[in-house]
Order: sequence, then C-alpha cells, then structure tokens
Amino acid sequence: MTRYVMVADLRRCVGCQTCTAACRHANATPPGVQWRRVLDLEIGEYPEVQRVFVPTGCQHCSDPPCVAACPSTATRQRADGIVTIDYDICIGCLYCALACPYEARSKVDEPVYAYGDDPTASETARFDPRTIGVAQKCTFCVDVIDAGVAAGLTPGKDRAATPACANACISGALTFGDIDDPNSAVSRLLRENKHFRMHEDAGTKPGFYYLWDKEALPL
Amino acid sequence: MKKKPFVTGPWPKLQRHWDIRAACNFIGGGTGTGLLLAAAAAAAAGQTFAPALAAGLCFIACGLTMVLLEIGRPWRAFNVFFHPQTSWMTREGVVALPLFGCGGLALLIHWAGGPGQVVAGLTGLAALTACGFLYCQARILRAAKGIPAWREETLTPFLLSSGLTEGFGILAGLAAIGLAPSWAPLAALGLGLLRLAAWQNYGKGLSARGVPAASMAAIQNIGPAFLIVGHGLAALLLATSVPWPGLAALSAIGGLLLAAAGWWAKQTIVMKAAVTRGLSIPRTPVRGSGTSRLVNKPNWETEAA
Repeated sequence: MTRYVMVADLRRCVGCQTCTAACRHANATPPGVQWRRVLDLEIGEYPEVQRVFVPTGCQHCSDPPCVAACPSTATRQRADGIVTIDYDICIGCLYCALACPYEARSKVDEPVYAYGDDPTASETARFDPRTIGVAQKCTFCVDVIDAGVAAGLTPGKDRAATPACANACISGALTFGDIDDPNSAVSRLLRENKHFRMHEDAGTKPGFYYLWDKEALPL
Repeated sequence: MKKKPFVTGPWPKLQRHWDIRAACNFIGGGTGTGLLLAAAAAAAAGQTFAPALAAGLCFIACGLTMVLLEIGRPWRAFNVFFHPQTSWMTREGVVALPLFGCGGLALLIHWAGGPGQVVAGLTGLAALTACGFLYCQARILRAAKGIPAWREETLTPFLLSSGLTEGFGILAGLAAIGLAPSWAPLAALGLGLLRLAAWQNYGKGLSARGVPAASMAAIQNIGPAFLIVGHGLAALLLATSVPWPGLAALSAIGGLLLAAAGWWAKQTIVMKAAVTRGLSIPRTPVRGSGTSRLVNKPNWETEAA
C-alpha cells in the first residue's frame, strides 16, 4: 500500500513562505487563497519568547471529516490517502470547510486578480472556471504525483513527482513521501524524531506530521 | 507566580462560510417540524389542522430555499442527494422528499374534501418524516468538526426541543385567531420548559468540553434576554391565557416570543458562536540547546478534559 504524507520539521522552518509562493505558482490560486500557509506563532512572555513557523494546509487526514460531510461526493479520498475535490460536482455548500478542523478550505465566488480588475496574461491563461463557487484546497499536487508515478518516478524522492511546496522549501523543512515505505525519507524522519500532528484530539488522523525534537538515541 | 505563556498567531475565528441564509434553514426546519407535529396531532383528533400543516411546509420550504441561495452552484443542487452513507446534509435532503410529498398530498386531499382518515394518515407521515428532517439538521452541526460549539453533543437535544417549541409557539399564535386547537398554548408552555432545560444543559456542556472564548461569550450574551423574555415572559403570557381563553392575544404574544427566542438562539449558534478551533500546536520545537514548551490552546475558554 501507499500512503502519502507530508513531514514538516519545525526546527528547520524559517517562515520564508517560499512554499506558499511555490504552491500559488504551481496551482494558480487567486489572491487571498493559500493552499500552503505558514503560520507565524509567537509563544511565551519576554524574555522567554519563542517564534515558531508552522507550515499548514489540508492535512489529507486518514479519517477526513470533509469526506464524510460532503453531500455530493465531490470530496473523496484516494487509496493513497490524498483527499481530492471534483470541481465538476461540488455544489459549493462549504459544509466541508466547516467540518475541517484545519481551516484548509476556501471558496472564491468570482474571479479575483492580483492587479486590479483585469487579469494578467498568465492569469488569463491559467484561469480555471471550474474553481469558481466551489470548495478548493491543497491537493498535494496530485497531478504531478500521478504523472510522476506513471513515468516510474518516486514521489518525495524525484522532484518531478513531488509537490511544489516540498520542492521549493529552502531549508529542507518540508519532506513528502510514502509513510508505508519503511525506506522513504518521511518514514526515516518519523523514526528518528519526535513528532506530533495538529488537533489529534479531533480524531482525524492527519497525514501531516510536525517534527519538534530528535529521538533519544538507543543505548 | 509563573506567567502563563501567550501565543500570538491564528486565533480561533468566526466562520464566514455560512451566514443568515444557513441559519434560516435551521429556523425554518425546526419551526416547520413543530407545526407539522402539531398538525398531525390535531388531524388525528379531528381538530383544525390545515393552517398548521400549510404553515409548517412553508417554513421548511423557505429554509431550504435560503440554503439554495447560499450555495455556490445552485444549479447543481440535485447533487446534494449523492452521499447518504455518511453526510447528514444528504440525509436531510432525502427526508425532505417524502416530507413534502405526504404533507402536500394531505393538504390537496383535504382541500378537495377527501376522506379525513387518509388526510390524518398522510399528515402523520409528514410529521414523522419532519422529525427525521429536524434530527438530520441537528446532526449536520454536530458533524462539523471545525466548530467546537457545534460539536457539543448537548446541542442536539437543544435544537430538537427548540424546533418543536418554535412550532408550537406559532401554533399558539394560530390558536389565538381560531386556526389551531385550543390546547396549543399549554403544549407550547410545556415544550418551552423542556427547551429551557436543554439550553441550560447545552451551556454546561460547552463549559465542560471547552470552547473558544468567543463562542462562550456569544452564547452567554444572549442568555439573560433569552431566559427572561424568551421563556419567563412567554411562559407567563401563555399560562395566563390557559385559564382565561378570552385573553387569546396574550397567548399569541407568548407563543411568538417563544418562537422568536428559538430563532434568535439558532442565529447566534450558527453565526456568532461558530468560532473555529484555531490552528494551535501542542508544543514548541527544540532548537539548539533550548527546550520545548507546552502550548495551551490560545483564546479558549477552558481546556477540554
């Protein structure tokens, strides 16, 4: 079996937002919509303050509440764990957005452009009318993954089969791969580091892991 | 005393996906169900039922129409029927079909002078499916894992009791002008007390579970007026009208107050208490020689046990 997950090393993330920019570039999301966000958290009281950058977005949960909530079956989960939206049957009720504990979904009711009322040449070329009035979110760049796998590549290892955010990360904080493959980079990282998932109490079993410390070495 | 660490960042925030149109669906569905249930009881007893039945169907239809106006792709509304396996929204839509079928047919047969037993049977079926419709509505909110105030399990009995109370409140208004049975005020009074208990239970549940502070504030803000005017005054007016049927106007006002209080509470729950969980992390990373720090959920009223 294959189960794709993302691992974010919170010790490495510097909050540069390159993943956010790469995602927007790869997926042509409109202004105000970020499928890959980086939270900027300031924790503690002076002088004991820590600043933490937390990449977030759709967690591609193993038990996704958005899939259960969706009345139209537009939101589905693939066998490899990736949660997708079929823009052609979504009714835009946004029940999925309220079911998601990670605020990962957006809806755009009319085309929005980066520079005023008129689209740029790039925006015109890449505009997808199917995304208007329906839910949208991170897809783990599923088209890239599928094309890569079809070409015999390994997602997470080969850049041509890896999500744009992980490819773009300048600090090596984002790693993508198959958690069911014990030899994958994500499996190794999770073995060697302490980690948590966001809102684990929600019972959604996210496919997005956060590393926060190295595992104690065996004696 | 050690200071509690604070966190700046993505606080729990008010959801903006569902607005007054969604709230109207919960209002219409609840009130309509109450009216249909009352109509079924009246029809079974051979009393005036048609106005309540028609009003109930109108309330539910209006609520569903408001939802239609809210969704991004209204011409695809038929797709709402695709996922009965797990989606309470699909189930709500599916149950609405026999509800309108039975209710509409009952009205038509009644107006055509058809047999009363058939009409009573169809009205009873409509009321039964309406109860299912109301239950689905209550579960729609419970299934929204992103909104802690909706996840609270005591919200379901509140929505059920409020829906019935609102419907019987309107029924008391209809009774005042002779369009519903005379027992309506007493029934509304009883259901109002039941809703009051469910509301208190919901508040206790929120405190015990732990919700964002803004959710709790929204619920607490309406509390005094909801209790004093929406229940205390309404109950007084209804109770006064029971031994003196000549004071029908009081009964009508009391019933409308009961209904309006429920609508207000639902509007608050859907639009003002619907605050997200926020995007907190349980602990900070260890960098260099530093240590990790546990992080509380920022801007939460209490911590869940």
